Amino acid sequence: MRKISDWGNYPIIEAEVSGFDTTDQLREKISNSGSMIAFGNGRSYGDASLQSTILLTRRFNKFLSFDDTSGTLTCQSGVMLSEILDVFVPRGWFLPVTPGTKLITLGGAIAADVHGKNHHVSGSFGQHILSMDVMRTDGSIITCSPEENTDFFKITVGGMGLTGIILKATFRLKKIETAYIREETLRAANLSEIMDSFETSGDWSYSVAWIDCLAKGDALGRSIMMRGEHASASELVNASHKHEPLNLKPGLQLSVPFAFPNFALNKLTMKAFNWAYYNKCRPGTHRSIVDYNAFFYPLDAIAHWNRIYGKRGFTQYQFVIPKAAGREGMQKILKRITESGLGSFLAVLKLFGEQEGFMSFPMAGYTLALDFPISLKAMDLFKELDAMVADYGGRLYLAKDSRMDAEMFNKTYPNVADFRQAITLLNEGNTKFESLQSKRIGITG
Amino acid sequence: MKNILILGATSDMAQAIAKKYAAEGWNLTLAARNMELLHPIASDLRVRSKIEIISLEFDALEFSNHRTFYDSLANPPDVVICVFGYMGDQMLARTDFNEVQKTIGVNYTGAVSILNIVAEDFEKRGKGSIAGISSVAGDRGRQSNYIYGSAKAGFSAYLSGLRNRLAQSGVHVMSVKPGFCYTKMTESLELPSALTADPEQVANAVFKGLEKKQNVVYTLWMWRWIMLIIRHIPESIFKKMGM
Repeated sequence: MRKISDWGNYPIIEAEVSGFDTTDQLREKISNSGSMIAFGNGRSYGDASLQSTILLTRRFNKFLSFDDTSGTLTCQSGVMLSEILDVFVPRGWFLPVTPGTKLITLGGAIAADVHGKNHHVSGSFGQHILSMDVMRTDGSIITCSPEENTDFFKITVGGMGLTGIILKATFRLKKIETAYIREETLRAANLSEIMDSFETSGDWSYSVAWIDCLAKGDALGRSIMMRGEHASASELVNASHKHEPLNLKPGLQLSVPFAFPNFALNKLTMKAFNWAYYNKCRPGTHRSIVDYNAFFYPLDAIAHWNRIYGKRGFTQYQFVIPKAAGREGMQKILKRITESGLGSFLAVLKLFGEQEGFMSFPMAGYTLALDFPISLKAMDLFKELDAMVADYGGRLYLAKDSRMDAEMFNKTYPNVADFRQAITLLNEGNTKFESLQSKRIGITG
Repeated sequence: MKNILILGATSDMAQAIAKKYAAEGWNLTLAARNMELLHPIASDLRVRSKIEIISLEFDALEFSNHRTFYDSLANPPDVVICVFGYMGDQMLARTDFNEVQKTIGVNYTGAVSILNIVAEDFEKRGKGSIAGISSVAGDRGRQSNYIYGSAKAGFSAYLSGLRNRLAQSGVHVMSVKPGFCYTKMTESLELPSALTADPEQVANAVFKGLEKKQNVVYTLWMWRWIMLIIRHIPESIFKKMGM
């Protein structure tokens, strides 16, 4: 038994933890255990990969094949996105979709059907999977794809690891000329301005906004929009970039060495940070060339950044509401959050495009993600926010969640009943794949 | 093009070392007992880089095969890294002598058997580097793992003697003592994160150490001091400590 938690350090639990190298070892582990859940790199925030028996997938991390003409890559599920980038960016390939951290496994990216700054043009990660192998509860291996065993494929993408253990997957990387992004940043004085900005940024491949969740009144929703395109070789200006357009020098790696005391992040320090961050960006549009790490993964440069929230841990409240409800709804929800004064400085706004998917989080509309240190007050606030999100026809992101109740989940995910039935059938008479989250929100018994 | 031979290539540390050398453009010869585990590791490395990778079967306990194994290598190595080891079951080893023999056989006798052959070849060629992954467990015997520890102590002494002998002939020998490391041997344990290295850190330390011709490498600097203190606790006190 050992202590283990996901990225939010809440909850922290005691669990039997072990990994595997071969499918035979995995099959044996599954047959010897009544119930388990896969755990990749522990970057979901809550309890989606936690329960008393945990199966580590990180060691099952081999690249299996790559075709340099089409960019088609097959690898085992424990490979991290960072490893894919390290190997393939220098050869001129990039991930089709990437979330705000590259420190997640391929299996986790599929199970949570993650999205990125290009959702409005490229959809979610799962939409790029050509085929995958999954070990089911009875130890059999099923190959599924959009053409083969389609129902199983549909419920495994975004299925939070409840259909089986993803073993390997095939997907296509996209061609890039350089490891750099042509970035534009612009300041928006309030929520309405940033939403206009998203509407007019639809042609950009990547767009996202940092939003100051502490600013009130006329400044409610003041933000900085960041949008970008992969830079072509001719767009590079710096001589050293031009010389080796696909190779980055190792960046500075910082680390938070220990958990900060709980008082370190308070209203005052966060206000000061937000003020400085907002005002660092002068009015107008700023153009620059930045490397892909700075654009996509600014926080990955600080190891253990979750420790700034102290031993109490934190959660990220991420919701989406449909575009039709967007302006009014976001205004109201944001107002409630700023009034509470509980939010912290890591708040991100994004306009999603259309999404197909059985259990996937995204929908055409606005998503806001915001970190909160764990507290009773925050928990009360979430309940209020849940009700507002549900009323507007929105939902919460399972990969970030550690506290939603079954009622909220049932109300907001349209395919819950079918999904629950499918999981029950799959688990029947065999080892169950279930997590603390799946039990809490009532998918597994 | 330089060639490296990694003995015991399926361990987490060995895999990290292989990735490091592959990234640096070396040709790899990977040797391990379990070919079922070795094949995906080799295919992974082939996708990662365009270098030549050969995988071979090698059993540390089959002493009599070691010379044929080494003599038939297609690429004579410039660097040999001996990573294989067997943690053993200390409780079992108290009563079961087979367990003792296996622990000593893998960690000491097997390593000595193959490295003697390597040393002879390198001495003749007047060049080459040998690295042995030993353990801080060999720095002082403790009740929790003294069979493994004593085998590693023997291996550490062997490496230091070999270094002494080969220094004159331009052959470098490096001892590596990783301390706690996140590997499959330790994944079910809760390790103190400040004292625990990733396999990648060990790999980087090995690569850098060999480039700089270091003699004894502790992966994380504090282990050198921790073991210095542990070695200097008087035996009269040490024997009463539950370590």
